[in-house]
Amino acid sequence: MSGGSPQESGRERREQALRILAPAGVLALGVVLWDLIVRVNGIPPYILPSPGLVLSTLVSDWPVLWTSLLATLETTMEGLALAVIGGIGLAVLFNQSRLIEHSLYPYAVILQVTPVVAVAPLLLIYLPQQAAVLACAWIVAFFPVLANTTLGLSSVDHNLADLFRLYGASRWQVLRELKLPAALPQMLAGIRIAGGLSLIGAVVAEIAAGSAGAGSGLAYRIAESGYRLNIPRMFAALLLLSLAGIVIFALLSWLTHLVLHRWHESAIARET
Amino acid sequence: MSDSSSPIVSLRGVGKLFGTGTLALDGLDLDVRRGEFLSLLGPSGCGKSTALRIVAGLSEPSRGTVTWSDGGGSHARDIGFVFQEPTLMPWATVLANVFLPLKLAGADRAAAVPRIMETLARVGLADFAEAYPRELSGGMRMRVSIARALVTAPRILLMDEPFAALDEITRFKLNDDLVALWRELRMTVVFVTHSVFESVYLSQRIVVMTNRPGRVSSELAIDATHRDARFRTSAEYAGYCRVASEALGRAMNAGAAA
Repeated sequence: MSGGSPQESGRERREQALRILAPAGVLALGVVLWDLIVRVNGIPPYILPSPGLVLSTLVSDWPVLWTSLLATLETTMEGLALAVIGGIGLAVLFNQSRLIEHSLYPYAVILQVTPVVAVAPLLLIYLPQQAAVLACAWIVAFFPVLANTTLGLSSVDHNLADLFRLYGASRWQVLRELKLPAALPQMLAGIRIAGGLSLIGAVVAEIAAGSAGAGSGLAYRIAESGYRLNIPRMFAALLLLSLAGIVIFALLSWLTHLVLHRWHESAIARET
Repeated sequence: MSDSSSPIVSLRGVGKLFGTGTLALDGLDLDVRRGEFLSLLGPSGCGKSTALRIVAGLSEPSRGTVTWSDGGGSHARDIGFVFQEPTLMPWATVLANVFLPLKLAGADRAAAVPRIMETLARVGLADFAEAYPRELSGGMRMRVSIARALVTAPRILLMDEPFAALDEITRFKLNDDLVALWRELRMTVVFVTHSVFESVYLSQRIVVMTNRPGRVSSELAIDATHRDARFRTSAEYAGYCRVASEALGRAMNAGAAA
């Protein structure tokens, strides 16, 4: 039960090592292959730069890339924060009033299913650039929070709901003491998805804005480097974007674990 | 104790028709006497749970009346309810789960802690106040659920097949503890079960219900003073069980014929 026997902990450690070593091996293999292909075929850097060149570009262009990364991350975080506030707020409103839910839900869906790439140029016409980029990040990110929280709020244990009724709980008490905590797992799942989507929204909007020329985020750097055939910098910026996405996902997963690990099934490691 | 047999709540001609067209109860007359341990015994789906929910005010009768001896008003604080499942909040500790009824009534947590701990001690869980439900066994979770129902010191405790999902050893232990609690706290208990043996072991009075629609088929008084392991193996107990089984058999036949 406790998982404390040396045999089991040894197996656990092997399992953990495998989880890190296996993908690392794949990465190393990929990089070596990439390098070989570039070398053997003598591919020029403006078509495909070698991994070494991408890394050295990352170092040499760091000041530019770093400020761009910060700009993109700022948009992503603001978009995510607004998505969390808006998504949960709207879900609570929907939960409290059927009229509001029926009136607004279809438009939330429309906002979600309309490709943001197509909306971004329009937003850039009507809004100042920074606001437009933020709006894009929000549009993509808020729906998973809304949908998941709505599901969570309405899938409360019926007997628990009866119990609250028996003790004469007010609407506010039911929401605060029962529905919101019960919805936490779904809410956090939605937020985890929203983190990645917010980054995508920010990137899409920056690319769309890039042609307007005033952007400074990572995606703008990618577009700009593309026009200048500075392919190594394109790769370096792309690498940073991927890393940013991974870090956001890891942080949100950690947050989920922190909140749920004491009580939720999803956070409990099972021994077989 | 002149009021020991006066009803605390009376159901008269209670019927319940669900939206699906199921007639769960029809013409149910039932008196719950003050301080008694009453079991509602019947086959699955005979409406005994529905009757319990109507007493609790969780469900409205389609017909008939529910009358409380003190003439209506708010009974909320005076009812303890134990569901078939423990029905605990998984995100809250044992202490917070038991605190819930008091919290909803606006009580201060710090002030309520002594009372909560006392109730937890009563069900043998004083050491588990800070545990989360998932860390407990099924029987312990049910004890938390009972503690939560008891913490408001209700006048009437309603239990809806609370031990049906537990193993026999745990169930026997909880049966014993429940009888002890009932003796000690002098409260009224209405216990819904489909187990003849459980109802005979626990109750002073058994009301046997018919199937679809649910109504009272027969009534049986259990006049045993000692409820312990010896009673469980006595000829007296076996005799009561036979009578109750026959009553249940008749009730099921009546339901099938109807």
